[in-house]
Amino acid sequence: MYDELIGLTEGQEELFVDPDPDHARAFFKNKNRAMVNKVTTVEQAVTTFVHDGDYLAVGGFGHVRIPSAILYEIVRQGKRNLGMAGHTSIYDSDLLASTGCMDRCDISYVIGYEIRGLSASARKAFQSKAIRKTDWSNCALAWRFAAGAMGLSFIPSRNLLGTNTFQRSAAKTITCPFTGKTFAALPALYPDCGIIHVHEADAYGNCRIPEGILVSDPQLARASKKLIISCERLIPHDEIRANPQATIIPYWCVDAVVEVPYGSHPGNMPGEYWFDEDFFKMYLDTVKTVEGTEGFYKDYVHGVRDYGEYLEKIGGVAKMRELRAIDKLIYANHG
Amino acid sequence: MTDFNSLELLVCVGSRMLEDNSTVFVGTGVPMAATMLAQKLHSPNVIPIFEAGAVAPLLPALPISVGDSRTSHKALIASTMNDVMETCQRGMVDYTFLGGAQIDMYGNLNSTMIGDNYQEPKVRFPGSGGANDLASLCWKTIVITPMDDRRFVEQVDFITTPGYLTGKGAREAAGLPEGTGPYKVITNLCILGYDDDTCRMMIESLHPGVTVEKVKENCGFELLVAENLEETHPPTDEELRILREEVDPDGYIIGR
Repeated sequence: MYDELIGLTEGQEELFVDPDPDHARAFFKNKNRAMVNKVTTVEQAVTTFVHDGDYLAVGGFGHVRIPSAILYEIVRQGKRNLGMAGHTSIYDSDLLASTGCMDRCDISYVIGYEIRGLSASARKAFQSKAIRKTDWSNCALAWRFAAGAMGLSFIPSRNLLGTNTFQRSAAKTITCPFTGKTFAALPALYPDCGIIHVHEADAYGNCRIPEGILVSDPQLARASKKLIISCERLIPHDEIRANPQATIIPYWCVDAVVEVPYGSHPGNMPGEYWFDEDFFKMYLDTVKTVEGTEGFYKDYVHGVRDYGEYLEKIGGVAKMRELRAIDKLIYANHG
Repeated sequence: MTDFNSLELLVCVGSRMLEDNSTVFVGTGVPMAATMLAQKLHSPNVIPIFEAGAVAPLLPALPISVGDSRTSHKALIASTMNDVMETCQRGMVDYTFLGGAQIDMYGNLNSTMIGDNYQEPKVRFPGSGGANDLASLCWKTIVITPMDDRRFVEQVDFITTPGYLTGKGAREAAGLPEGTGPYKVITNLCILGYDDDTCRMMIESLHPGVTVEKVKENCGFELLVAENLEETHPPTDEELRILREEVDPDGYIIGR
């Protein structure tokens, strides 16, 4: 079985997104360049920019700096047949897989919650053929976003080769025209809609991520045809002008801006608040059964009007202050 | 000598492999604890790199995730995954620490699925994450894992992450960067390396009180045994004190 992998020249699974750079250019040619106020509501952003059948890419690190309000709203509105880049994904892909919103996924990391264990509902969903799967690695998807951001159709790389991960991808091999070496060719990924949570944005969508890691968000933002930004705080446009080096995502990538304080719960927001470990434990325990899973979504998504009500349900400001103290090491003895 | 559990042994043995001023790409769990212990004990200038983009934090507490706030605490740079992975591809990263559900005699790892139907697997695991990238692009791969014959198998169900694939020369034939590959496997029973000629896994050092027979009983394939078989030094009192008091006081990893 292993031998056949070494000379394999192409992956056998489905390529979900068109990598043609001229098709992407034709889209971007018509993307609005005007600096206009894009501030809207969570509900309106999802209604306008996420459509059944779309392929989504979510920023952050699965349970760090995730756009929870937008994800819950996608579930609440019952979007269907969504594709997704399962890139460093955890709670984000779990929400869309466990609720039947997703029917295809480019997987690099799903189901797992790092040291907390696995989500039973996500595992059940991804074991079913109801979700069509193509496997990659975290960096393969990161570089696929980079190829999109660069306006290319593929990018050469030296990962995946010789493995079943390559076999179950939609990558191909290519011979380097300069060295004759074999590289993987990773197809560019142009998501229909990207969704990223950041610390600060102005009304036009210029974004800053002043604390913590960036993952692949600069590339993901640029590769996405449409982009929804949720932010902890809206900031005045002049602050962007005063320090342009701090801008991670420029406004022209962005279609909607939503201000959602505590918008990454139960995820960590670096510099703002820590993981809600009690919530994750409750979630992972609850979704062990079908009834539990249904109950969770009834209580925390469909049973609340909006993210404000959700925050009240998880413990409100008092809870978030507690998580902020942990993140800021306020009661720690060291650091 | 202080008593220790097998997780503490894994962490201490792992930490000893990291020399000062080396770069190490760190995953969740035991590898984090091992790196933090090395930093505090014998390699203050070891440079941990985390896949979400953080480099060389002064870890104030054990991170829960390779992307959380702790990983960029007093770091040198909070960058992108693209940047840190490109640093690996450029040949600047010495070590990576990985785990997996299954491993074979060539160090190939499975963290994707069990079964033979890819679209409807018997059991689906998370997938590669960064593991395939790191084992492809870092110079030396160290695997840290408990040892039993369900985990150490003749053939993995799915090669998520490349070891030596089918043996000597196979990585290069597939196109992987020259001179990279598996280096050590640290288990609760022993330290394993790889035979230079065959690239097969080999027992190099037995942990205190463990026999070759015991290791073989817990392995699903035929293991080679090094000619100069050594005995692993048990964790020192100082290693255990720093591990328990400073690295993992809440027992997240070592379970105390």
